[in-house]
Formats: sequence, C-alpha cells, structure tokens
Amino acid sequence: MLTFTLRRLLLAIPTLLVISLVIFLLVDLAPGSPMSEIPLTVPPEVRKKMIEALGADQPVFIRYILWLRQFFWVEPMTLFDGWFGTSFVEGQQRILSWQSRSPVFTIIGQRIPQTLTVIGTAYLVGILIALPIGIYSAYRQYSFFDQAGTLFAMIGFSVPTFFSGTLFIIIFSVWLGWFPTKYDTTLTVTDWESFLKLVKQMALPVMTLGLANAAAISRYMRSSMLDNLGMDYVRTARAKGLTERTVVLKHVLRNSLIPVVTVIALGIPSIFGGAIITENLFGVNGIGAALIGAIQANDIPMVQTLAFIFAVLIVLFNLIADILYGLLDPRIRYD
Amino acid sequence: MKLKSALLGAVAALAFAPAALAERGTDGEVKLTFPQAVSIMNPYLSGGTKDIIAASMVLEPLARMDENGVLVTRLAAEIPTLENGGVSADLTSITWKLLPGLLWSDGTPVTADDAVFTWQYCTHPEGGCSQATKYEGIASVEAVDAGTIKVTFTGPKPNPYTAFVSHLAPILQRAQFEACIGAAAPTCTDANNMPIGTGPFMVTGFTVNDTVSMEVNPNYRDPAKPAFATAVIKGGGDAEGSARAVMETGEFDYAWNTQIPPDSQAAMTAAGKGQFVVAFGTLVERIETNTTDPSADLPEGERSTAKHPHPIFSDIKVRTALSMAIDRSILVEVGYGAGGKPTCNVIPGPEGWASDNTACLTQDMDGAKALMEEAGWTDSDGDGIRDKDGKKLSIVYQTTVNPIRQDFQALIKDWWTELGVEVELKAIDPGVFFGGDAGSPDTFQKFYADIEMYANNSESPDPESYLGQYQCKNAPSPETQWQGENINRFCSAAYDALYAELGTTTDIAKRQEIAMKLNDMVTKDSITVIPLVHRGTLSAHSNTLGGVIINAWDSELWNVADWYRVK
Amino acid sequence: MTDARAAQPKPASQLRDVWNQFRTHKGALFGLCVLGFLIVAVLIGPYIWVPEKLSVAEAIKLKNQGPTWRFPLGTDQLGRDMLARMLLAGRVSLAVGLVAMVIAIVVGTFIGILAGYFRRLDGPLMRVTDMFLALPLVPLLLVMVMLFRDRVAGMIGPELGAFTLIVFAIGITSWMATARIVRGEVLTLKEREYVLAARSIGARPRRIIMRHILPNVVSPVMVAATLGVAEAIITESVLSFLGLGFPPDFPTWGRLLFDGLQYMQVYPERVIWPGLAISLTVLSVNYIGDGLRDALDPRIRGR
Repeated sequence: MLTFTLRRLLLAIPTLLVISLVIFLLVDLAPGSPMSEIPLTVPPEVRKKMIEALGADQPVFIRYILWLRQFFWVEPMTLFDGWFGTSFVEGQQRILSWQSRSPVFTIIGQRIPQTLTVIGTAYLVGILIALPIGIYSAYRQYSFFDQAGTLFAMIGFSVPTFFSGTLFIIIFSVWLGWFPTKYDTTLTVTDWESFLKLVKQMALPVMTLGLANAAAISRYMRSSMLDNLGMDYVRTARAKGLTERTVVLKHVLRNSLIPVVTVIALGIPSIFGGAIITENLFGVNGIGAALIGAIQANDIPMVQTLAFIFAVLIVLFNLIADILYGLLDPRIRYD
Repeated sequence: MKLKSALLGAVAALAFAPAALAERGTDGEVKLTFPQAVSIMNPYLSGGTKDIIAASMVLEPLARMDENGVLVTRLAAEIPTLENGGVSADLTSITWKLLPGLLWSDGTPVTADDAVFTWQYCTHPEGGCSQATKYEGIASVEAVDAGTIKVTFTGPKPNPYTAFVSHLAPILQRAQFEACIGAAAPTCTDANNMPIGTGPFMVTGFTVNDTVSMEVNPNYRDPAKPAFATAVIKGGGDAEGSARAVMETGEFDYAWNTQIPPDSQAAMTAAGKGQFVVAFGTLVERIETNTTDPSADLPEGERSTAKHPHPIFSDIKVRTALSMAIDRSILVEVGYGAGGKPTCNVIPGPEGWASDNTACLTQDMDGAKALMEEAGWTDSDGDGIRDKDGKKLSIVYQTTVNPIRQDFQALIKDWWTELGVEVELKAIDPGVFFGGDAGSPDTFQKFYADIEMYANNSESPDPESYLGQYQCKNAPSPETQWQGENINRFCSAAYDALYAELGTTTDIAKRQEIAMKLNDMVTKDSITVIPLVHRGTLSAHSNTLGGVIINAWDSELWNVADWYRVK
Repeated sequence: MTDARAAQPKPASQLRDVWNQFRTHKGALFGLCVLGFLIVAVLIGPYIWVPEKLSVAEAIKLKNQGPTWRFPLGTDQLGRDMLARMLLAGRVSLAVGLVAMVIAIVVGTFIGILAGYFRRLDGPLMRVTDMFLALPLVPLLLVMVMLFRDRVAGMIGPELGAFTLIVFAIGITSWMATARIVRGEVLTLKEREYVLAARSIGARPRRIIMRHILPNVVSPVMVAATLGVAEAIITESVLSFLGLGFPPDFPTWGRLLFDGLQYMQVYPERVIWPGLAISLTVLSVNYIGDGLRDALDPRIRGR
C-alpha cells in the first residue's frame, strides 16, 4: 500500500502539470476580457492601456510560465520569508488578482475560514443526516420511514439551492425574523453571545447546503445497503445468532460503504470549491464566491490559481478514496 | 460648500429637529450593502462603479456635482471660473485654491503637491489608470504654492473641470502612493485597499470582494460630522437580496443598485421598513440598429463593416416603423416601475441638455404598418411575414442575459411580429457581450446581429465626450481589432462637423443647442438609435436613516457626512 | 440496460421475468405512469391547449394572475399563459434531462468498468477523470459555445443544434461521478469468488464484464441516473443564463423556475409549478430505477 501511495503521489506531479496547462488554455480561450465590468464610458484607448498594465496582452505561454514560476517558487518562498524573516523573493511579483490587484493567496487566506466553517459544517451535517437515513431506509425498505426519506431526498435533490435558499430566507428571515440573511464576515467569536450570533448567521446557509448534500448521499447509502442486505453472508451472520445491530452496522454497513466513500471523496474538494450559489446568496465570502466573481470578471490569475488548487485536492482525495477502498475491502489490491 | 451644507443642515433641522443637533460619531454604525462587492478602494485602478462609489467615502476631489448636476466645491475654496479669474481668458489654464487647514486622516496637511502627484500617478504610461480621460489634454500641473494648484492645458479647453473633479478623479496622498507609481501601482495592496483620504470616514479593515470597515476620520474638516462613528459596506449577493436586507429584514441601512421588478418594489415598500429612492442620470436603455450587413454569408472581416450596407435597414422607413411599433410605457411598467421613464432621446437629461423630442412616446402600429407598405415590404405570400424581392423581413435581435432585457425582448418581438417582422432572439452572457474580446463573435462591438439592446450613459452632465462616440472614425472594424464606440457604424459628415463645432464652443446655451441637434441627428432624424427607457439607479434606504439625497451626477454616497440616525 | 440484456442467453423469457417482477413494484408502476403522463402531456399538450392569441396591451392587463378557468396555472409577468409555457418547457426539459442523463450514465459506466477491470487502463482513465472534475465549468461551457455553436447550427439547424450542444455539454461534464463510483464497485467485484471462478475456466473479460460485473453495479448506476436527471434539468437552466443553448424566448422548466424566483414572495405559484414538475419527474425516475433494480437482481426476483 505504501509503494502504491508513493507511486501515485509521484505520478500526480506530471498529471497536475498537464491539468494546469489545460486549465490555463481553457480559461484563456474563453471569450470575455478583464475589462467587461468597466463602464462603457471608458474609451478604448484607456482600456488598451489598462490591459497592458495587467500584462494581459502577453502571449499565453509566457503568461503560463510566469504563473508556474509564481505559483511554485515565489508564493511558497513568500510564505517561507514570512515565517523566518528571510528575504529570498522580496520585491518579486506575487500572483496578483486582476480584479482587485491583491495577491491571490491573501484573498484565499481571507476566505478559507468561512469556507471551512460554513461549507464544511454543512457537509458534515449533510453526512450525519444522510447516513442514518440511508441505513434505516434500506433496513426497513418500503416502510413509511423509507418512503418519507425518499421524498425528502428527492425534494432535496430536485430543488436547486437558489430556490431552497431563497425560500429559507423568506420563511426564516422575512416572516419569522429568526436569522440574518447576510453573513457578517467581520464577526469574531470572543464570548458566548458572539458564538450564538455566529450560529445564527450560519443557520441558513448550512441548512440550504446540508439539505442538498444529505439528499444525494442518503440515496447512495440506501441503495448500497439494499444490495448487501440480500447477500449470503448476511444470512450466515444472522444464522450464527449475531444481533441485528451487529449484522447491520458491522457487516452490512462496512461492505456498503465503497460507493458512499467515493461520493464523499468527490464531495470534499467541493467544500473547498465552495457552494457558489449559496455563498453568493447569503454573502458568505468563501472560495466559491471568489471563483465565480473571478470568472465573471475574467480574472485569469485568480481563476487559474483556484482551479489548480481545486485540481490538487481532487487528485489527493481520489487517492485517499482509493486507499480507503483497500481498508474497507482487503481483497482490493493495486499492485 | 459651506453654504450648501448649511442649507442642507437647515432642511434637516426643519424636518427632524433633534438630529440636527447631533455631534460627530454619536449615531453608532451605518451599514451599507452592495450587490457587487468592493474589490479595491483606489478609483484609478478600478473602473467598476461599486469600487468608485465606496472610495468616495474616503477620497475626495476638489469639486463635485450636486444632485442637480451643478458644480460645488469639496476640497477647493471656490469654483474657479472665467469671472473670478480662476480660469484663464484663453481657456488654457485653471487655478484651484485649496481650503485652508485641510488635513489627511493621518494628520498631515493636504498640499497642492498631492494634486500634482495624483496627476503624475494617473498619467504614468505604465500605470494603466482607468480615469486617464480625466487628465487628458493637460500639459502640466504645478503647485504654485502649498495651497494653489495650476492646471495648464495643451490648448483651449471649453470644459476645464475634468482633472480633480468628481468622484472619478479624487486626490491621492503623495506620501502613501509615492512608491506606487507606474508599473508598481498594482503591487501596493495596502495603499490600494486602505487609502488615506480627506473624506468623513477612513478605512480600518478591508476584505477583498466582501467587506469594507470604516470609522470616522478624526481630522475631518467639519467637527460636527459625520454623525455615524463607524460604517460598513458589505458586498455580494444580488439586487433582490440587498433590497430585502434593507426593506424587509432591516439588517442594513442603505442598499445601492437594487434593480428589482416593479411588483417586488411595491411589496417590499409595503413592509414599511424603508423606501426606494431613484436617481435619474443619463442612462438610456436603447436599441441600436446596425447600418452594416451582419450576414454570416459574408467573408470574415467584411461582416458588419462599412463595406456592405445593411440590406433592410438602409431604408429609414423600416427603422422608423420598427420604432413606431413599440409602446415604451408598457416597457417601463413591466421592467422598471418608478425606476424608469419612456424616452426618445440618447441624452435624456439634465434639464437644458435634453431635446424636446417626444414623438416616439405614443405607439402607432397602423402608421408603422403603412410605412412598411410604403417601403415596399408587403406580405405577398400570406405567411404573416413581410417580404420584398423574394427576401423575408427577418432580423436577429441580441442583448445580454438579464431578466428585464429578456422581458423586453419578448414584448418587442410580439409587437414586431404583429408588424410582420420575423424576429430571432439571442441572449449573451454579459461578460462576453461587454468583454470586447476580438476572438468572440458575440461582443457588442462586433455586432453580428441586426439590432442589439443595452444601456449606456454619459458620465458627466455635459455630454461632449459621450456624443463623440457617433463620429465616423469610431466605428469598430477588423482594422481596429473591433474596438470603438460607434456601435451602429453611423457615419455622417454633418454630424462630425457639428461635433467639431461643439469642441470649440464655450457658451453654455450654445453648447446645449448643439448637443440637442446632435442628439436629434442620431435619434429622430435618422432612427439609428431607438431609445426606449431613461433608467434611474434604484437604491433603498431604511426609514431610520436620515439625510440621504440621491445624486445621479456624482457618487450616491456624496453626502454621507450628512447622514444621521432618525430617532 | 441494453448491455445487460444482450448478455443474457434467452432474452425473451428473461425480459418477461424482469417485467413480471417490475410490475409487482407499486412505486415503479406509479413512477412509470407519472413519467408517461408527463411525456404524453408535453408531446400532445401544446396541440390541445392552445392559448388564446392576445395583443401585447391585452396580455399586459392580465399579468400575474392566479389560477382561473381561463388560465389554469395563471399567467406570468407579461401576461403569458403559464400552462402553455409549462407544456412547451417540459418538452425541452424532459428531453434534455433524460438524454443527457443517458449519455452521462453510459459514458460513466463504460469508463468506470474499463478502469476498474483493466489495471493498465486504470491510471490513464482516472487521471482523465480527475482532469474533467478539475476543469472550471463556466469557462469550459463558454469555450464550447464559442467554438461549436455556429458550426453545429450550420450543420443541423439552430434549434436541433442548440439541443445537441446542450445535451452534449451536460453529458460531457457530468459522467465523472458515475465513472468513479462504478470503478470503486468494480474493484471489489472483480476480486469476488465468482469472478475468479469465471476467469479460471477461461471466460473472456468481455463475457465476465457483461455477465458478472455489469449486473452488480446496476444499483449505484440507478441512483446516479436518478440524480442525473434532476441535475441535467437544473444545469440546463444555468446554461441558458450563460447565453448558451436555446433562444431566450424558449421556455424550459429550469428557466421558468429561475425567472419565477424574483416573484416568489409576491406570486408563489410562479415557482411552484416548474418546481413541482421537476420534482415529479425526478421522483418518478427514482421509483422506476428502484423497480428496475429489484427486477434486475436475480436474488430478489427469485423470492
């Protein structure tokens, strides 16, 4: 398993380089320009000057190499300099967002806490709701609980977050007045009161996202459990006189987790990728909102960097899923 | 300025007596929300309105426009004119005097040298300054003494109030931006995000594309203002959400740019927590007709260029009929409600500059049909679509993706179908449409369609530079990499000549007369542009927020120092 | 499904078996009826329910009406009959949802099985999957429109061209999850005793896959299919907001839902109808999937 992991990690480097090039070309080829949000009153000559100042008129390969250098050398060394007070890359240009002229990594740093607390919590809540529902629905297939669970999951999935989010705002903020609609990112938790405030402002986005996540995961859990409940080894286990609890939670569950692990592993990078619509709706300044804003403004350095980090996470978590497969089912061998 | 604020104070005192007695920083926090978040606080590096409006709370110019489009002082002691000798008789220079005793928020004095620096900053060839037009035609800016700034132009300038005037061209502090000139401009993140200014507030915290936190500027020149101790601008979401946060949940005091459907406006107002306010500038939603042939059968490079005139629109009768078939009041009712007015002009305001051209306001379907017949377009095969010489009257109508514009497309398509015109609709992502990417076929400059709809405006009440776009030389073409503002490829020697005359005319009444003539030449005389709706900027403010005076000619937050909490 | 069937030795009786089992599943029958009703409604509905022709001025006076006999589902902000629009919209949405789902499932299953079964293909195929997962969706779609819209429209006409492009765009961006899930399942399945047994008697990979592997990955594929329909319908609405796809006067359920959003508080029925239609479609596909899975599973069928 260790050699497999190491080999995969080494292989990931060329893969990621290819992915980064493809993303760069794609983002560059996409129509649009960083000037699309500039008012029409700004004349073409000024626009041209602004594009030159951004360096956006350079050939695409030069910009790509520059980005590679900045991403793999300047940025890590800046961090290093910051930690140890050295000055290896002082004065060298970092990756700057075209839209805000701020270093991309500063923006990402500002946004990671919100992304992890809000989107991460929502994902966790989703999983915690989905697993029991999926397990129990399968165990009591076609019971009232199963039917209700199916309905919940289907509504959760067929209703897009732009709809459910707005609905929650109208019910819980406008009518009931329980929760705020805009996330206050300047809030720092210092005492019980501010913690309560944080919980309140997290409630709506977490609910919206949790519902959508729970829906999908619970369906996979249920179907996989159903497959395994009919297996011979379950009958054997029951015949041995094991309690239902042991049979279901130990034998069946473990064997049913493979597709669920895949789905969760696919979903974790998307926590970082953020929930674009939900973040936008509630004003959570997460990574997703940054990505969509950058795409709209054609902020290539920002889009490129975020998409690349996203790619790294995808490769990483798919590797973790592969390792987990081996742990869940020792028969799976990769060598 | 003094008189102005005294008057405002008097008005406020009459309406809300206790508030007028407010002292600096006694009213707590004022919370603003923008549908688009603030990216940067330096207006010279951003063209986005959201950034410039936010920056206007901190950075100030020498003079600005009030809500009537009249120039009033800000950092200058008085407005220089020909009469008071501030503007030289030959119109080649203007001399500004700073208010005495002005301090930056860090406590250092504001001097003429800062203005000189600002000019150098924005005109540096590698800086990519987005307000470069404000500093165009300037030979030099000198500090005559610490409080006097002399701007010398390269030639006579009838409108000398460009540099250091309006929220688009405020003064930066030399000490802070000294090292940020030219190519280094974008690297000064701290300065760009937290500029030191002279305005009522100063930035204390900035998260990119999210929140700006501000507190009162201790060195603000009026010791009694602002009434609020802190201010927050939270960005992101959509117009709907921003409006809701002010009008229904009451979380925020002010929301900028809350363009929502008229029905929702009414419902939100009914909640009783706030009100919508609207500022009418010169923004006009219009249909542009293509005077050149956009046919896909033409070779690339000749499509939509002056080489091939438009096969249908070359006849003014067709264009006139299309305009006559539209009922503009229904468009306003459906799309904008209080936020719009029907118009026939490209320049709908301010008073004095707008032509009295109102003929298009009443729909005349029968007249439109008659005109079509007259032009030779008849429905000879009875399929409901007019044709002429075996060619169907069929047009492509493009605009950006936007719910109101799609409603307009649907309505106008209905009217034109009734007229016997076949219409194919197209909606394009705004980032692509306005992006100007020469590689994309869908930009508004390329205009690979027969007509297109969008909104445009003049950034100053004086429309000279705005009217310049219809000159022949500004037509986008492959030779100019499809850049240029003359979207219609309108070309008239008479127009160009009259426009040149505008550039040398100084008398206001005469200028207004010429501007109206130019406006009529592209609208009612040639129907090159079909104006639809004069749009306002709709904003919302809470009923507990007093002192808001909406202004279409400057930043909406122009008088934020006068805002106070209604108790 | 066709693949599974082709591998069976006696298709006729096998098929009947499956159908008999399927019929006993009440939910599945209900789902089939609802989906059938929806399909029939959108296919022939627009011919039966022809809204009266109103001029713009007349229609505007009738805007935002609630359900009445004249307008069974009310009218929208321009006074257009919602029932007629829902029926028209359903055509596109159902077609896009089902076709895109089938493309995503077929591609995903195919790649997943190849990667899971043949170790040599696993690396390259999964890296390609990673790449597709990592590509930012919006620029990808914008590039696709820019490159292919005019060409496809030139070949097969603007409307069919738009449909093809949309279905292709959704299909190409949504097969990855299925591929990874199927691969994970195949990895464990191919180590099972019966597969080893089949291999030891010299069965060819093709036969092992068809006969032993494919029937056993049906159930996660069914879930992916169910979720895929909903996702495709919603993604279609996102696409139209990028200016990709159908002309703006062409309604789809996703777009009606999105358009209705800003009127949700004032006229809630504007979002209820399209939301209900999408949910019903997804729910019925889900139940059909449940029934099919039960019917295809020999262990359950034997009971």
